[in-house]
Amino acid sequence: MTPRLHPQHSRNGAAPPVDLPALEVQHLSVTYEHTRALDDVSFVVAPGERTAVIGPNGAGKSTLLKTLVGLIHPTSGAIRVKGHVHTQCSAVAYVPQRVQVDWSFPVSVWDVVMLGRTAHIGLFRSPGKRDREQVQHSLELVRMSDLARRQIGELSGGQQQRVFIARALAQDAFVLLLDEPMTGLDVRAQDEVLRVVDNIHQNGVTVLVATHDLQQAADVRHYERVLLLNQRLIGTGSARNVLTAENLAAAYGGHLHRVETEQGVLLLHDSH
Amino acid sequence: MELSELLLEPLRFSFMQRGLLAAVMVGVVCSVVGAFVVLRGMAFLGDALAHAILPGVAIGYMANGGSSADRGALFWWALGAAILSALGIGMITQGGRIKEDSAIGIVFVGMFALGIALISAMRSFAVDLSHFLFGNVLGVSNADLWRIAIAGFLTLLAVRMFYRPLVAVAFDETHAATLRLPVTALNYLLLALIAVVVVVALQTVGIALVLAMLVTPATTAALLTRRLPLMMGVATLIGALSGISGLYLSYYISIASGAAIVLVCIAVFLLVFLAAPGRGWLWSLFARRRQAAQM
Repeated sequence: MTPRLHPQHSRNGAAPPVDLPALEVQHLSVTYEHTRALDDVSFVVAPGERTAVIGPNGAGKSTLLKTLVGLIHPTSGAIRVKGHVHTQCSAVAYVPQRVQVDWSFPVSVWDVVMLGRTAHIGLFRSPGKRDREQVQHSLELVRMSDLARRQIGELSGGQQQRVFIARALAQDAFVLLLDEPMTGLDVRAQDEVLRVVDNIHQNGVTVLVATHDLQQAADVRHYERVLLLNQRLIGTGSARNVLTAENLAAAYGGHLHRVETEQGVLLLHDSH
Repeated sequence: MELSELLLEPLRFSFMQRGLLAAVMVGVVCSVVGAFVVLRGMAFLGDALAHAILPGVAIGYMANGGSSADRGALFWWALGAAILSALGIGMITQGGRIKEDSAIGIVFVGMFALGIALISAMRSFAVDLSHFLFGNVLGVSNADLWRIAIAGFLTLLAVRMFYRPLVAVAFDETHAATLRLPVTALNYLLLALIAVVVVVALQTVGIALVLAMLVTPATTAALLTRRLPLMMGVATLIGALSGISGLYLSYYISIASGAAIVLVCIAVFLLVFLAAPGRGWLWSLFARRRQAAQM
């Protein structure tokens, strides 16, 4: 049996309706102390879609992802994953912008990915066959199987990022949230991460990527959907429909200009 | 004297047998919990908890009418003080307005001062209490051994039971939270385990030296291994062997047993620090020489 990335989380053996959205966000608002980070954001993401979450600094991209995974409690609004109110421990996985860990921690790549299975492995138990298969499969998806025995401190930045993506995959998530996964990586490592995202997408996992790189976000080869955010949701849909002059002005304040090309939309910045 | 004689001779005394047993058990439990202390950088907290049990010990004495005969009562009072301090530190930091090391400093010194105040109020027992500052492994009774064994067993059981969640939280707390693991509860569990270990170690190495037993075997093992289970195994070995050899050392050259155990532990650390393959000081020195020679 080949391991599946997302088992059916149904009860009584009844298969869930196929056409349920992977992610459904309704009137989501988040307020820190006195400042509003997200204001009445609603959107729906179809299963298996790749979504680029874009917006200027402080637009609430990170806040949105952290709220979706449950690290931040929304002030109001609802989040549904495959139609269920989001309470399942493993349904949504999150890879932060910069994973802050002790790189000399005595764990191998394999051990780190197995940590994604922690909630699945019972107390007193050791990882079972299913857990090991899932870890193996996740490592293959991020193309890190060869380095499974390495201590994590011995990896490059791009490789470390991919290990954390594998750890997120190993938890059986329907929805994977990546917060600025390209930040601090060189072009080659960025390409490698993009290929990994494509791989994951082909395995039917829904992916949301917060990114600064508007060019990449607008590239239809990498993302089916764009979500333009500036505390409020300014627009969501295909890059062509969302990245209009009007929307960009609303988000970035008139410093961006768009040019349509075959690959999608080309955006030019004039603030220099 | 032959080696076998050298090793067997002290065992004629039942206090030596009990002492060895206690030293080994304490060494093992300290090393396992110490691995988490080292990996999470909680050494200061371990030291704080060790000192914070002083008022518990003092109250235990007073409750006994100033007798050290019933050490069971002392054990429970000390444990109570340690857990109270651990919870206190946790609660002060919870809001995020006070940094953890400041909270530790306040609770640690506050409790220690309270302990000294209580002891000074009953000056005549101060000599007995020095056992708790520096340990007296040769004064261990059968009842003490049972207490150490049961507390130690429960500690190891808890570590085994919550091993994976504890590692997940130690490695990446944010990730553990996204897995919906009970991070706060697991942090308190670790604090409670450290508290138990400190009280268990009280008898052998005492309040002042317990930090060495928590930190040294685990740190030494970290220099030799790259996987956590192996690190814990090696730390356990170092902890147990230091207990045994320290006790023999104290028997033959007549020095305080707690200090002897700690000194052996530190000696092993220094040896490994200097000569560990791949990571030791000598190794990197030679590597630099070789590089220089090749240039």
